[in-house]
Amino acid sequence: MSHVFLYALVGVGLFTLGLYALIVHPHLLRKILAINVMGSGVFLMLVALGRRTPGTLPDPVPHAMAITGIVVAISATALALALMLRVQVETGRAELPEEPLE
Amino acid sequence: MQQSQPLKKTINPKPMTEGVKKQLLFRLLLVALLSLLATGLGYAVLSLPSSAPGLSELVAENLETSGVSNPVTAVLLNFRAYDTLLELGVLLLALLGVWSFGAVPERRESFPGPVLDTLSRLLVPLLILVAGYLLWVGAHAPGGAFQAGSVLGAAGVLLLLAGWRPGARFVGLPLRITLVAGLGVFVIVSAVLILVGGRLLEYPPSFAATLILLIEAAATLSIGITLAALFIGGRPEAGPNN
Repeated sequence: MSHVFLYALVGVGLFTLGLYALIVHPHLLRKILAINVMGSGVFLMLVALGRRTPGTLPDPVPHAMAITGIVVAISATALALALMLRVQVETGRAELPEEPLE
Repeated sequence: MQQSQPLKKTINPKPMTEGVKKQLLFRLLLVALLSLLATGLGYAVLSLPSSAPGLSELVAENLETSGVSNPVTAVLLNFRAYDTLLELGVLLLALLGVWSFGAVPERRESFPGPVLDTLSRLLVPLLILVAGYLLWVGAHAPGGAFQAGSVLGAAGVLLLLAGWRPGARFVGLPLRITLVAGLGVFVIVSAVLILVGGRLLEYPPSFAATLILLIEAAATLSIGITLAALFIGGRPEAGPNN
């Protein structure tokens, strides 16, 4: 059962890595990709932790939640990409305006 | 960015080095905070009990009344069907959001090479077949409406990449009816179930298998077409002589 925690910890790592990229990169496409990496981390954790059942079959509820989550993530990504293209049309670049660090 | 930023840098180089220093400091602080977060999350994960049945026993006990024998499908379309209903709503809302930005953006299009052209013709019927199989097999093995829908969506994306565009006949009402079919059938089924006397999405066990297959078939079609429509990236115009 130690596999479960290895996968779950990889999920935590992906989530943190995605959060770092989300904060650091100004380009919107990178931010959208970063959010997707964070989401993948969460799904990996859900699926891994659903395997902690005593029997051979995993808990189906987290698996169903991951499927639901993937569909919502796809929808949100598509909408975000359309918004990004719109920002590019309006301002000429797909980045948030960079503000100087105070 | 290309006009204002370099100008600033050449006029006073001193604040720039300070800026770089600040940015480095910011990143170090960020890495430290995120390491703290990762440690906290990792600790939380590791402190979970290594054996937890969760809801699996409850699902296994009630699997017989659900109409399907695949526990994941049973959870998705029976025990927690409300989630799936709202999820189809989210998919439709995202498409409406994309369409609200206007028509399909103009792109430079190149003619697909012979390989892509031939391969898409060969693969699309196969993908439709696989989608049908996944839909059917979802009742008792891994598969189901979302898997089938995404295969169908992939077929649509392949066709779009190979240069196919929906004809004007399909862009109007037929496309819109297909897009709302999944959510529509779901809502109709739940409304009928309430009228018949049950509660929201509480299928009678004798009809459960039929109802689930009906909802899944409509949902598969809607999900596939919605994903392909999202890939177009705008509202397809129903031109009169298109």
